Amino acid sequence: MISSVLAIDWSNYWQQSIFRVLGAAIFVILGAGTFVIAFLFKMMSYMQSRLGPMEAGPHGTLQLLAEVGKWLQKEDLVPARADRTLFKLAPYIIMASTFLVVVVMPFGPDAYFVSVDTGIYLALALSSLSVLGIIIAGWASASKYSLLGGLRAAGQLIAYELPMVLAVVGVVIQAGTLNLQGIVAAQHQGEIFGWGGIGNPFILTQLVGFVVFLIATQAELAQPPFDMPVAESELVTGYMTEYSGMRFLLFFIAEFASAAVFAALAATLFLGGWAIPFVDLDDNVMNVVGPIVLFVKMMLVGALIFWVRFTFPRFREDQLQAFAWKALIPLALVNILATMVLKVAF
Amino acid sequence: MTDVLTEAQQLAYANAQAADGRVNVEVETEDGMTLNIGPQHPATHGTLRVVARLDGEQVVSADVICGYMHRGYEKLCEVRSYPQVTTLVNRIDWLGSFANEVPFILAAEQLMEIEVPDRAKWIRTILFEMSRLANISLFIGDLALQVGAQTPAFLAFRDREFVLNQIEAVTGGRFHPNFDRIGGLKDDLPKGWIADTKAAMVRIREFCDLMDDLVLGNEIFQMRMRGVGIIPPDVALSYGLSGANLRGSGVDWDLRRDSNIGLAYDQVDFKVWTHPDGDSYARSWVRVQEIRESTKIIDQLLDTMPSGPVMAKVPRIIKVPEGEAYVATENPLGEMGYYLVSKGDTGPFRVKIRSASFNNISIVPWLLKGVYVPDIIAILGSLYFILGDIDR
Repeated sequence: MISSVLAIDWSNYWQQSIFRVLGAAIFVILGAGTFVIAFLFKMMSYMQSRLGPMEAGPHGTLQLLAEVGKWLQKEDLVPARADRTLFKLAPYIIMASTFLVVVVMPFGPDAYFVSVDTGIYLALALSSLSVLGIIIAGWASASKYSLLGGLRAAGQLIAYELPMVLAVVGVVIQAGTLNLQGIVAAQHQGEIFGWGGIGNPFILTQLVGFVVFLIATQAELAQPPFDMPVAESELVTGYMTEYSGMRFLLFFIAEFASAAVFAALAATLFLGGWAIPFVDLDDNVMNVVGPIVLFVKMMLVGALIFWVRFTFPRFREDQLQAFAWKALIPLALVNILATMVLKVAF
Repeated sequence: MTDVLTEAQQLAYANAQAADGRVNVEVETEDGMTLNIGPQHPATHGTLRVVARLDGEQVVSADVICGYMHRGYEKLCEVRSYPQVTTLVNRIDWLGSFANEVPFILAAEQLMEIEVPDRAKWIRTILFEMSRLANISLFIGDLALQVGAQTPAFLAFRDREFVLNQIEAVTGGRFHPNFDRIGGLKDDLPKGWIADTKAAMVRIREFCDLMDDLVLGNEIFQMRMRGVGIIPPDVALSYGLSGANLRGSGVDWDLRRDSNIGLAYDQVDFKVWTHPDGDSYARSWVRVQEIRESTKIIDQLLDTMPSGPVMAKVPRIIKVPEGEAYVATENPLGEMGYYLVSKGDTGPFRVKIRSASFNNISIVPWLLKGVYVPDIIAILGSLYFILGDIDR
């Protein structure tokens, strides 16, 4: 049945575009929704010895729908001194960057939207677009708190884009390709020092890269311990301070959707993506199982990200810069060097 | 000439009229940006306003504006009879409310020359220390929240509940016990309370260990707090700091030990913790040690609890003889004193309340010079004030 769906001639431009938009929308909404309910509502509550939302739906699972309904009804306020056009534009830029990253994500041997040869490069470039939206939001709000938040986000981007890219370089060297599909294949068929029993999920050989990538992800998502652009107790949610109703909802969805996207990226790069050991890569069944496998791995990474988020206090901006330039970047560079040497040696 | 003002005219009017709010409207000044932190801000525990002049993210100068929650308790005390005053003063430091009643009652008793029964003294001291537990256990969770960690705050609320339950079991009130009377206490302890309290003290000690791991031991927390907001001992003394803020600067000063009036602290063995560093971390550390010490004080008092009445013989209508008295105790936030002037009436003639937070925040302008914006929050959090304690 899957093959019959895939047998449709997708070469038609509009068919392809609609398919991609729908697919990305489903991924973003499902991913963001699951992350909010599973982590923000439930995991956080259990960590803090409380139950979280329990009333809407079984065990409070429909709470998010209620919240969305609430936000949609709220007044859409624009501050008097705000730059109206930019103020209204900013949330969409952030959403767009999240959507675009999904497009290059592979979910199965044939289940992908586009297979780009520079897949991971494109994903990292597109994901950093969201900071543009944050800076615009901070500037256009005409609020000092928002402005500080936006500027902090800009500083954070410069500090953390680099270690993230450098962490990925190790994976790329080992896989020998920038294509995400190729990276998945390389992990499935790889060998760890000659033993290829379970393939080679790069988390085993690129553990340093994985750690650096996760830390950089945390900073990229502006989550504690790197949530200075948001900093609820200092800047009163920073660049989001002036947003209300629907536009705040867009920020909120984008925040958790990009968490889901980055978790999926980490799962693809380091945990073997949609593939599972002992099942052939070209097996047609992987088109159905693959997305589920990826989703499970995504949830594992997400749990890690959110565990840290709910536990740690926040760095100060200068401490963050020092941490990025003095610890993470050298670490990532050493990792690249070691990967190169070992790649040549074996 | 129409009645409708343009937006620009309205703004010009607001700019001209808002004398107090003038710092609000200037977006750019010659020497950087003015940032208003508060009166409504999550880090100010209520309605404190800090006006910070910034250069980038660095504070050039900062000013504290308080009084947004002034309730006029000193004046209100004058039109109430002595037993009614406890209801008011409960609401000064609302997290450790029983501790607010004690110095006032002690001052009245001093003027009336009433000797309180031992059992009442013991229970008073226990409840006094329990309000310290209720107050400071929340402090540590709140401080973690200020610097960005969400979970410790909820754990603090959870474990503080054990203390509040015990306070409620005796007094009937969780936040505002209103339990202290001139001459003793309203009631005796309920049955089985001593055993329950000992169990609660164990929970609080576990909570302290947990906070040592989760908050004080956290590397990021230490990076944020160490070396930030250093108060040298002489500066601390000259600004009139008290409580853990003073002990965090290495000054060994504790009213419980140094001038114990009317409470049972001379009967127990406890250590006054100090920390030589004087930074935000030192203040937080001293507070955590203090609640550990408090649980030990409570345990000792529970073991040596004397029997007997909880109320001395006092006339039905309380008239305090003419005179003046000042009694200060070591409250959770620092020295809290009542200067009581009586003209022999049923109510006080004048009450001056010396509350700890008001003096503690007086150092803020000095302390905030040259720090970064995130440090403002860390420093305010570690100074630990309660708004009700600043604006009586």
